[in-house]
Amino acid sequence: MLELRGIDVFYDKIQALHEVSLAIQPGEIVALIGANGAGKSTTLMAISGIAPPRRGEVLFEGQPITRLTPDAIVKLGICQVPEGRHIFPDLTVAENLDMGAFLRRDAKAIAADRDMLYELFPILAKRRNQPGGNLSGGEQQMLAISRALMARPRLLLLDEPSMGLAPLITRQIFAIIQKINQEQNTTIFLVEQNANLALQTADRGYVLENGRVVMQDRAATLLSNTAIQKAYLGI
Amino acid sequence: MDYFIELVFSGLTRGSIYALIALGYTMVYGIIGLINFAHGEIYMIGAFTALIASTVLNILGLPLYAVLILTALAAAVWAAAYGYTVERLAYRPLRNAPRLSPLISAIGMSIFLQNYVMLAQTSDFQPFPALIPEFAFLEPFAAVVGSTDLTILAVSALLLLLLTLLIKYTRTGKAMRATAQDQKMALLLGVNVDRVISITFVVGSALAAVGGLLIASHIGQINFSIGFIAGIKAFTAAVLGGIGSIPGAVLGSFVLGLTEAFATGYVSSDYEDVFAFSLLVLILIFRPAGLLGKAAVEKV
Repeated sequence: MLELRGIDVFYDKIQALHEVSLAIQPGEIVALIGANGAGKSTTLMAISGIAPPRRGEVLFEGQPITRLTPDAIVKLGICQVPEGRHIFPDLTVAENLDMGAFLRRDAKAIAADRDMLYELFPILAKRRNQPGGNLSGGEQQMLAISRALMARPRLLLLDEPSMGLAPLITRQIFAIIQKINQEQNTTIFLVEQNANLALQTADRGYVLENGRVVMQDRAATLLSNTAIQKAYLGI
Repeated sequence: MDYFIELVFSGLTRGSIYALIALGYTMVYGIIGLINFAHGEIYMIGAFTALIASTVLNILGLPLYAVLILTALAAAVWAAAYGYTVERLAYRPLRNAPRLSPLISAIGMSIFLQNYVMLAQTSDFQPFPALIPEFAFLEPFAAVVGSTDLTILAVSALLLLLLTLLIKYTRTGKAMRATAQDQKMALLLGVNVDRVISITFVVGSALAAVGGLLIASHIGQINFSIGFIAGIKAFTAAVLGGIGSIPGAVLGSFVLGLTEAFATGYVSSDYEDVFAFSLLVLILIFRPAGLLGKAAVEKV
């Protein structure tokens, strides 16, 4: 479904990604784990067209999207929930959701999706007319995921959904990520520092170190790999 | 008492003109963090476009109301084209440059536009026709409020209402607010940020042009330099109210307009600017972010 072929990404003169290649099949949950600064978020920004690669190619369903603008990429069905949630603080919860559906014109289906998400996250329904900035961290993460789902993405990119959340809330969020994957058949590419949780949720995983993919395997295999356990799982 | 009410109307009239210009400053600042120093020139170009359009329309012998409406449309459209072009040429190429670069570019654009109009229209004051009709029903109140004052107030109120509706309820308005609050996130949701920025310049320029037409018709003459002082005053109003905030720009404009009217009326018109800018300094001492501005808090 999505394929990165040897992409190099630079911030000015500093190279953040070195020949990163990976592939995601339809219906999968794939985790990208690695330390702080390994290039995980950069990988997602390269896919979304915010940090276009200098070399290499990004393919979505076989078509190159490397040089497309961010809005064209959203239109194809790739939506990202960036690190730190980025809720519009002065827009209400309902308006934040509307922004997720910005490129859609089917008003009826949009309303139906909104109701479906309100059912999934009743707290959002309760707070629909409050500014997004008033929500707690966990509520903001739910809103950020819901807002991305309003775009009806076929591929959902999630950057650090556990960041800053209490363990109980994190479990809840990850349960919902699995539910979205199973019930709506949305393919998910998950970036996480919490490698343990990410690999328990995912089908497959990639390990990124200093901007290079150093390992890839089934999530269960990675979980039992001693090197991974030492470096990322704290076992 | 009549005198007091007259001053209130005079202050409100000034305030609404300032508001029409200040909105352009505050919307552009809100969305790209730039003080668009060429905005006063857009207002001036709006006034000149109105002068040319109304002259042509008057020669054609159209009725006064038709002339007023068509002139306003022409001024708004032409000034909007200038605003759009200025952004494309002078600001967009510098989108990722250090913050000072577009500021210098804006000052350069302002000087360029002033000189360009001076070459085309000379530096002499040109008479501007009275485009606003005299209302018969206002005759008994002529001592306190004139037809022009009332028209300026009504037109400004209507435009402010339309702008509020646009920003609050339309898809474009939501995209404008979203882009102002978090540009990168707006991009990630598929908003064409370049287009949203262009729309902001177009709307702000059109409002300023209508302001230019109204005040030129009130005062009766214009030249190439009228944009400078009007721009500085409107910018002051925007800062006073909290730059980046739309209600703030409107409130700041009325506070500034009324202060000037009272200073002129009760002290002397020589002290108009002294009072205006003293007020600015006072408010910024106690509320550095302006009346309705938010103090910048870094939230992680």
